[in-house]
Amino acid sequence: MSEVAQQRYYVPEAAKWPIVGSISLTMLLGGFSSYLNGSASGSTVAFLGLGLLVIMLFGWFGTVIRESESGMYQAWEDKSFRMGMSWFIFSEVMFFAAFFGALFYAREFSVPWLLGEGSGGSTHQYLWPNFTEIWPTNGPENLGESDFHMGWWPLPFINTVILLTSGLTLTWAHHAIKSQNRSQIIWGLILTVCLGYIFVFLQGVEYMEAYHEGMKLTSGIYGSTFFMLTGFHGMHVTLGAIMLTVMLIRTMRGHFTAENHFAFEAAAWYWHFVDVVWLGLFIFVYIL
Amino acid sequence: MNAQATDAHHDSDHDHHGPAPGLMRWVTTTNHKDIGTLYLWFSLIMFFIGGLMALVIRSELFQPGLQLVDPHFFNQMTTMHALVMIFGVVMPAFVGLANWMLPMMIGAPDMALPRMNNWSFWILPFGFAMMLSTLLMEGGGPAAGWTLYPPLSLQTGDAFPFLIFSIHLLGVSSIMGAINIVATIMNLRAPGMTFMKMPLFVWTWFITAYLLIAVMPVLAGAVTMLLTDKFFGTSFFDAAGGGDPVMFQHIFWFFGHPEVYILILPSFGLVSEIIPTFSRKRLFGYSSMVYATASIAFLSFIVWAHHMFTVGMPLAGEIFFMFTTMLIAVPTGVKVFNWVSTMWRGAMTFETPMLFALGFVVMFTIGGFSGLMLAMTPIDFQYHDTYFVVAHFHYVLVPGAIYGIIGGVYYWLPKWTGNMYSESLGKMHFWLSTIFVNVLFFPMHFVGLAGMPRRIPDYSVQFADFNQIATIGAFGFGFSQILLLVLVVKCIRGGEKATDQVWEGAEGLEWTVSSPAPYHTFSPQPVIK
Ligand code: HEM
Ligand SMILES: [Cu+2]
Repeated sequence: MSEVAQQRYYVPEAAKWPIVGSISLTMLLGGFSSYLNGSASGSTVAFLGLGLLVIMLFGWFGTVIRESESGMYQAWEDKSFRMGMSWFIFSEVMFFAAFFGALFYAREFSVPWLLGEGSGGSTHQYLWPNFTEIWPTNGPENLGESDFHMGWWPLPFINTVILLTSGLTLTWAHHAIKSQNRSQIIWGLILTVCLGYIFVFLQGVEYMEAYHEGMKLTSGIYGSTFFMLTGFHGMHVTLGAIMLTVMLIRTMRGHFTAENHFAFEAAAWYWHFVDVVWLGLFIFVYIL
Repeated sequence: MNAQATDAHHDSDHDHHGPAPGLMRWVTTTNHKDIGTLYLWFSLIMFFIGGLMALVIRSELFQPGLQLVDPHFFNQMTTMHALVMIFGVVMPAFVGLANWMLPMMIGAPDMALPRMNNWSFWILPFGFAMMLSTLLMEGGGPAAGWTLYPPLSLQTGDAFPFLIFSIHLLGVSSIMGAINIVATIMNLRAPGMTFMKMPLFVWTWFITAYLLIAVMPVLAGAVTMLLTDKFFGTSFFDAAGGGDPVMFQHIFWFFGHPEVYILILPSFGLVSEIIPTFSRKRLFGYSSMVYATASIAFLSFIVWAHHMFTVGMPLAGEIFFMFTTMLIAVPTGVKVFNWVSTMWRGAMTFETPMLFALGFVVMFTIGGFSGLMLAMTPIDFQYHDTYFVVAHFHYVLVPGAIYGIIGGVYYWLPKWTGNMYSESLGKMHFWLSTIFVNVLFFPMHFVGLAGMPRRIPDYSVQFADFNQIATIGAFGFGFSQILLLVLVVKCIRGGEKATDQVWEGAEGLEWTVSSPAPYHTFSPQPVIK
């Protein structure tokens, strides 16, 4: 709530970027849809849409950054941004929850039922009496080539250490922002961003190994849950690393004061969020 | 509430601009009132589009046998009708009302994130253009029902990816809308507007917004899995790969049941605004209303499988979901009793908003009772997928959710336009709607109990009479809605000037600003004593 200090909330005048955003999203998704349907021009439209989306993001965030740097936002607006970001992250958590839910459901219910447990027994008896595989499995029809188990050692473990370390380096940068130690912020961010990209790289190496062993997205429920969960996570790490790269560039340009650095914190929250999701993945996808 | 605005009228002395000239105003606006107006018009247009689809359905069902449309097209109509009404009518109408009214009810200068507010609206027309365009595609539009159960939904033709991505777009729009509402309520209340002084429409929306943020991403996840199952070879819903089509139903209904509360809670709020005004009494049991709403929202996360009683679940699951579902009746009952108690010994008058609110209380309760019947597992084995379910959810959604919205529109129309609407047209709209809505939906209980399945273009001859009655009701109800359009247009163009307070018994900040409400209100904010 506004304290006596701030009387007026900043309400921007006309905004031209949202409509560009809608057009670009429609092109991107519509183009991708027709690509999936086998149309020749679909991917062109999708790429144009993607390009427009990137332009929109630059334009929109650019406007906001300019406004922020010229001091148009104060504590009151800052609080709205913070709430916006935190609830956005919560919605992302729920998006991952759907896929974790699918993983738990498959492991706790659908696979045991296919094995003849509980009330689903008849499926086992009549359709797939020879199905005996417990987790990991590519299903009674042995879909894809293999359900080679992706162990937690060594790559996933190394990646866990990398992400946890990047959380520390980021916190180090955050402390530096509060004491306005520029070079420490920059080094903290460089370290974090590099660790992030190394993580994504190692994840790629792991995927190559999996495909080499024949464990693919099409390898039944194990492949589906494994690649969708780690894949969406990897996309979020990439996005987070891009956000932090932007923060790095902004810091180099002298943005952010000890009091005014919401964008940095938002990117940091996002980074911690992908960190936590990874811990969930490490436990439930790799170890258990 | 005793909220008093101390300086609501000091709007002239600073840098406020009016609306920009020209049509681009509507494309680029960041003003909560403009965006509210856009949402409400969008919703009204979609209401007529969805209504036309319903009339196609009812025309085919006028007689047994297949006469007007091809069964595949019939299925497209049932699917699209539901998607349009849920995502295109009720949800945008609520967000529109929230945009217009929340800032004015809590003394805020605008919504907290005005640019994003513009985007949440402007995604909608694009999302729906994409969704509706599927009707013209190879293989037709989606026809597997709005619940999109696989494997049937995976047989959709070219429409499929467009359908999935349009749902993503609508989801993004409502998540952004919800985030904006949460931020506005938490951050932009006027000094002194404590949480327990907030009007109930604000409260119910606050809680609805959390439901939206929590479950729209789950729907996004579910439809994403459908997409990858169809195009990228995953096996989430394919038993051959170790997945399970029933898993989709669980994920879908984890979204779906909170979604039905998303479709009703803001209407609870609207009715809780209207009834006290026209009873000239304060709302009975304000805090119990708040707690009841919160309990309903909490419970809505643990009842989802009541939509799946017949699908195959361990017995413990059937029993758990039966009892949690019946528990919801407790806080819902608290609400109904509070509305009735508010009217008790009130100095009541029956202007159109009040008529719609009363219609809501009576007919929503009918829908609640049929819900309770469905909640009992053994009974639902008989009723599931019959017209009884159709009767149930149409009672809670049409004379429930939609009546709340229409009541809210009548209630605040004078504040928006500065003119009184025609009370006689309004009353006519109410009575015609109310008679026909019952002619339309009440017989569905009977055919449902007798076993007529839903989502089928043909039926056994013994159901013919009740179906004919329902179809007559459908046309009557549909055409009555033209009165609403006429009335709104007339009210915008002129009429008796409205006072600031509009209604004799109205209390709250929105009635302290002039009618029509100025383009910018409450900057600086009023202080609530
Ligand atoms: C008293 C509270 C309620 C109870 C106990 C209840 C119970 C149920 C049950 C058990 C079903 C599943 C029936 C079946 O498919 O066999 C159902 C369906 C449905 N309910 Fe309710 N309900 C309640 C309130 C509401 C409200 C407030 C709404 C929305 C405004 C709503 C909307 C729906 C819809 C849309 C369906 C059908 C979904 C579909 O299969 O397409 N219900 N309800
Ligand atoms: Cu439900």
